[in-house]
Amino acid sequence: MLRYIFRRIVFLIPVLIGVSILIFAIIRLAPGDPAETLLGPSATAQDLQELREQLGLNKSLVTQYFTFLTNTLKGDFGRSIRTNNPVLEELLDRFEPSLILALLSMTLAVAVGIPLGILAALRQNTWMDTLCNLAALLGFSLPGFWLGLMLMLLFSIMIPILPSSGYGAWQQLIMPTLVLSTNTMAVIARMTRSSMLEVVRQDYVRTAKAKGLSGRLILVRHILSNVLIPVVTVAGLHFGHMLGGVVITETVFSIPGVGRLIIDAIRFQDYPVVQGGILFFAFCLSLVNLGVDLIYALLDPRIKAQYRAG
Amino acid sequence: MPASTTPTPAKKDKRQSKIGEIWRRLKVNKGAVAGLVVILLLTAMAVFAPYLAPYGPNKMSAGPRLSAPSMKHPLGTDSFGRDQLSRIIYGARISLYVGFIAVGIGAVFGGFIGAVVGYYGGKVDNILMRMMDVLLAVPQIILAIAIVGALGANLVNLMIAVGVSQIPRYARIVRASALSVRGQEFVEAAKAIGASDLRIIMENILPNCMAPIIVQSTLGVASAILSAAALSFLGLGIQPPAAEWGSMLSLGRQYMRNAPHLTFYPGLSIAVVVLALNIFGDGLRDALDPKLRQ
Repeated sequence: MLRYIFRRIVFLIPVLIGVSILIFAIIRLAPGDPAETLLGPSATAQDLQELREQLGLNKSLVTQYFTFLTNTLKGDFGRSIRTNNPVLEELLDRFEPSLILALLSMTLAVAVGIPLGILAALRQNTWMDTLCNLAALLGFSLPGFWLGLMLMLLFSIMIPILPSSGYGAWQQLIMPTLVLSTNTMAVIARMTRSSMLEVVRQDYVRTAKAKGLSGRLILVRHILSNVLIPVVTVAGLHFGHMLGGVVITETVFSIPGVGRLIIDAIRFQDYPVVQGGILFFAFCLSLVNLGVDLIYALLDPRIKAQYRAG
Repeated sequence: MPASTTPTPAKKDKRQSKIGEIWRRLKVNKGAVAGLVVILLLTAMAVFAPYLAPYGPNKMSAGPRLSAPSMKHPLGTDSFGRDQLSRIIYGARISLYVGFIAVGIGAVFGGFIGAVVGYYGGKVDNILMRMMDVLLAVPQIILAIAIVGALGANLVNLMIAVGVSQIPRYARIVRASALSVRGQEFVEAAKAIGASDLRIIMENILPNCMAPIIVQSTLGVASAILSAAALSFLGLGIQPPAAEWGSMLSLGRQYMRNAPHLTFYPGLSIAVVVLALNIFGDGLRDALDPKLRQ
């Protein structure tokens, strides 16, 4: 097991280096000179030159990339062009709202999505199943930003019981969490339902029934543990989608999180922050995927056995 | 479903009967048929927008601004006095256009990459799939935001950004199919008669991956339309004054208190398109893969 964890962590490094090259390339190959944006149209040629030298923009792209990479590995993401604060500091300052929002939403999505999927599968082809399926399709298709605005319209303007935006009080987290969890909840419910329908028809479930075990025992011991394996994978894969949703939800509800920071940074061509922010998201996503794989290995003894042997 | 490399009448019949069979399975699913009808209606609405819209998309009326829905303006007017119904009808053009082109970019590049790496395997496979892992390590919409942010916000860059961020999913699907097809006898037969690698990929590998590509593309158009609207909503996509649902929402948002119809209808339009595509895509998957149906 330890060897498996170790291998997975080693495997992460080239992916993250790849992401850093990708982001660096996208942002630096872009038209537009950050020095000009920063100093405005009134800047003299000399000022521009000095700033470029200060930011290292006059060196070759390869040199710039390696400086960026070695600094990043030392935990130095550079300084924000806009505020001149270290990027890492800005990211960590904004991390809390994003983390809380993502954790709450994932918890809600799992807590509602799994029971909903199980219910739909147990009552297959009844009105309850149809209703769950419809709700899941709807949750999967509604644009998050629109859902957010409609909730705002309903609960902040028409029946003013919730604050429309901002961050700090727990009431301000209710609508963003609902919005961010909807999509993942729908995906989890659908996955749980189809996985459940498949497992119920397996031979070992029939055997358990034939042995005369109670329905509840079969559900808990034989069905659920097998149903959860693909559900965990899908929830993990969907975490990336959720991180994307964080960006949009934070913008809709004016929450000062990492997503909002990236959007603002793009508008100001503050590329150290954009680079750092996206790398930060990719890092989080990779860590979550690593976690998912480990849970997966724990849930499924076949995988554990494979790595014990290998 | 091995296809012979030379076109014969028998092959054509077989293909037609296959499409017929898929249609027979699809039409049992009422939801999927409804989804298809909605998609066709919306496409017709987009194509015939100039004939259907009561006003031009950017025509500012002399009447009141931000007016609520009325007989004259069924969905009201926006802050410039433009008729919202007309803008929504025209908006279908941009959304469907962006959706289809973006998926085209993703499916063509992704499909080709997947077919090549699946067919050759080995080192090529390893390198390209690691590159796909890198693309997958960045959340799709954030990758699109970065691309649009770097290239500049306009229609073409939006399609590129959304399309590129969709490449990995097609690459993965086609690769998996290609891997399962490449060892089969009809591929070896094609090799034996001296067919070039390119010809084998185009004539033997790709046609056998069509089912998953079609399903994924249908669902992909839905997610591309959502991403494009989200980017426009963030101000990183289609720029005003173009009639686009996402940017209409972002404009209407400022008047939510007094003119909620400006945020309600554009979002509803996005939701309807995406829902129809998702329902149809689901039905199509069931129809193409009978194993999944109970």
